[in-house]
Amino acid sequence: MRGSKLLCALGGLYAALACSSAHALAWYFPSAASSMAQEIDHLHQYVMWLIIVIFVGVFGFMFYACFAHRKSRGHPAEQFHENTTVEILWTIIPALILIVIAWPVTKVVIAQKDTSSPDLTIKATGYQWKWGYDYLKGEGEGISFVSMLATPREQIDAGAQKDENYLLEVDRELVVPIDKKIRVLATAADVIHAWWVPAFGVKQDAIPGFIRDIWFRADKLGTFRGQCAELCGKEHGFMPIVVRVVSQEDYTKWVAQQKQAAAAQAEDVNKKWDPKELVAHGEKLYSANCVACHQANGRGAPPAFPPLAGSKVVNGPKEGHMDIVLNGKAGTAMAPFGKQLSDTDIAAVISYERSSWGNKSGIVQPAEVRARHK
Amino acid sequence: MSAVVDTHGHGHDHGHEHHDHHGGYSGVMRWITTTNHKDIGTLYLWFAGIMFFAGGMMALVIRAELFEPGLQLVNPDFFNQMTTMHGLIMIFGAIMPAFVGFANWQIPMMIGAPDMAFARLNNWSFWLLPFAATLLMLSFFTPGGAPGTGWTLYAPLTVQQGIGMDFTIFAVHILGMSSILGSINIITTILNMRAPGMTLMKMPMFCWTWLITAYLLVAVMPVLAGAVTMTLTDRHFGTTFFNAAGGGDPVLYQHIFWFFGHPEVYVIALPAFGVISQVIPAFSRKPLFGYASMVYATAAIAILSFIVWAHHMYTVGMPVTGQLFFMYATTLIAVPTGVKVFNWVSTMWKGSLSFETPMLFAIGFLFLFTLGGFTGLVLSLVPIDIQLQDTYYVVAHFHYVMVAGAMFSAFAGIYFWLPKWTGKMYNETLGQWHFWLTLIFFNMIFFVQHFLGMAGMPRRIPDYPLMFETWNKISSIGAFGFAVSQLLFLYNLFTTLKSGAQAPQMPWEGADSLDWTHLPTPVPYHTWETPPVLK
Repeated sequence: MRGSKLLCALGGLYAALACSSAHALAWYFPSAASSMAQEIDHLHQYVMWLIIVIFVGVFGFMFYACFAHRKSRGHPAEQFHENTTVEILWTIIPALILIVIAWPVTKVVIAQKDTSSPDLTIKATGYQWKWGYDYLKGEGEGISFVSMLATPREQIDAGAQKDENYLLEVDRELVVPIDKKIRVLATAADVIHAWWVPAFGVKQDAIPGFIRDIWFRADKLGTFRGQCAELCGKEHGFMPIVVRVVSQEDYTKWVAQQKQAAAAQAEDVNKKWDPKELVAHGEKLYSANCVACHQANGRGAPPAFPPLAGSKVVNGPKEGHMDIVLNGKAGTAMAPFGKQLSDTDIAAVISYERSSWGNKSGIVQPAEVRARHK
Repeated sequence: MSAVVDTHGHGHDHGHEHHDHHGGYSGVMRWITTTNHKDIGTLYLWFAGIMFFAGGMMALVIRAELFEPGLQLVNPDFFNQMTTMHGLIMIFGAIMPAFVGFANWQIPMMIGAPDMAFARLNNWSFWLLPFAATLLMLSFFTPGGAPGTGWTLYAPLTVQQGIGMDFTIFAVHILGMSSILGSINIITTILNMRAPGMTLMKMPMFCWTWLITAYLLVAVMPVLAGAVTMTLTDRHFGTTFFNAAGGGDPVLYQHIFWFFGHPEVYVIALPAFGVISQVIPAFSRKPLFGYASMVYATAAIAILSFIVWAHHMYTVGMPVTGQLFFMYATTLIAVPTGVKVFNWVSTMWKGSLSFETPMLFAIGFLFLFTLGGFTGLVLSLVPIDIQLQDTYYVVAHFHYVMVAGAMFSAFAGIYFWLPKWTGKMYNETLGQWHFWLTLIFFNMIFFVQHFLGMAGMPRRIPDYPLMFETWNKISSIGAFGFAVSQLLFLYNLFTTLKSGAQAPQMPWEGADSLDWTHLPTPVPYHTWETPPVLK
């Protein structure tokens, strides 16, 4: 096959490039961590072998003709141009091969679609550009958090030394128990995203306004990484999916921790914050949630991403500012953060914005956001 | 093909006069006012060439940014604009006009017609294109820039774009108009203007593939126009076709788009098949094997192309019956496509082969297009596609079909017909270099992208995890090599036009269509003023 010849030729080049990356060469599906991914791998190998045999057969004929039936060797041109028998044969035989392929594939398709009786149901919501997870049913019901890229901007923009999991690391991983049927309900808040974990063999478009489900059953412990697979705007390449598969015991512990943390946060809302503390907290949240569009210097990237420095909204009444952060702005990339961040966090971000880049319009307390949050 | 042709030799006697027959205008006005199918064919081909290099530059920006992890050259927003415009320009600006150019030059000559049926409409069909291209390019200079949605323009991402999106929508409207008018012209010409005795089943294969393509275009371009118009009204007039909040559905856009989009793949592939079906017999010195089955296979592919669209959407969450239907229908396309490949190989079998540049590109097409077809079969299988959808595997697949398919075929056509059109012979050595370098660098760019896709690299990302670095480097180096190889083609083309050697009357001894057998080389400005009579 020309492919393999090409690979040999590229081998030398690879040697020259090898210094650029200490990583093993990834060239095939990542090793499967669910039986579904395993099935997909098997199907793929089965089909590839069939294809290679047909390919070598057909082009064996062609290259033999190129060698033996050339004018320079004095081969005379025969003038035959029809043969009904072979025409019928090479119509029917490929059709039969297709049936041989379709049979095992159909069984996997039906299995993939069977999302019935899950042990745990989790909703994955795509936002520009992060994932929200809500544990809807099963152990851990009620847990809810947002998971976003943890790779520092300096590694992306400024050429700083990159970590091993560059672009594949998040602040909060999705945690699931091993050997349990997990049903994922995918949806989105703004544009279409796609939730994809290659090691589980699952990919589902997350469509705003609709819920579509898939399932997986992880059979290996460990951390598995994927990326958003549907173009969703400028930070499409920067919203990874990370799933940590843990034992049943560890999962139960994790659920307990999450419940405690959630309870602690609920008390926060009525606390009156020190302005400095609130702004400092807001700065951290701003650089995680807002900086991609509005930029670290608050100047944005007009006209798509408006500046906050000197902005009418930021320097206007608190209510208008709170509304746009809570509810987003239709038809733009401005997301309704009321669905993603706690009231305390929103108050902190707003306070930071109102007291940075020359803006001096005062701070907002969490209780005010709570009151405004419909 | 036996024929009695009373214009035979006409060009020898009056060859020195044919420069006087350009319709009364000279200079640029000749080209603006021309209604001559050969002039218009030339315009289409130059336009396609310019767009090919413009779209190629955008590809180089993409590959340069992807040379290593991290953002170095462009911001993600501009990167998305590059992927969008590269796709739109290559499909609507380069590949489609290139094959319409071939159709204009060749169809009238091949069927014995003096010109296209609607000569003035033909002029208008072409001159719509520069306006559309200008609109597309202008979108870069609008606030917010060109759309960053990918060439598929999926809703609701389109609603977030700046005014450049509207420029693109209008450009698509104009491009669609041009395609529809051009197609009507081709259909009418083929059905009504064949020379006496040129029955449909005697037409060269190229005419057949274009006839079927033209029907596809007339059927699907209005569908695309509808999809982008609904996008426009969703953006500006408060409709909610693709917005669930108002009762619409973002997936509806995808269904409409791919109802256009999949036949569009064959709009690009079928004329390419047509060119290959002329070139392979000529250099095999043997008639095309299975002519009738080739016609039926082409028609079968065209019909099937209307019922497979949702295989582009296996991950949207269709019901299982939907997935199975679209999977079975899609795999069926392998049958007629296989018939075509077997017929081409059988045409070569026991011929008397020679390997000038057009034949090299045709064999390159046959080999690599089939590879692209096989990865298409892999992608047609739902479970495997779930893993590969929206990855670089898909990017590799459709570039095997578009570049190694359509573009190789276009190069084969240009090298094949250039001597006929201009009377000048290109430099064969340079042509062969062009082929081999193109072949090697093409595979360097795209073969490795299969690995990237399987290993899990999503498409349309400006930056990537470290494990994908090596293949991306190889791919990017290949892209620059590919670009340089195309400069070799440009050089060969210009030197041929300027000072190429005189082409012999019959540069390819195996070519057998009317244009070769009954018209002088170079062809005069007007041909078949009296139709040939074929017995």
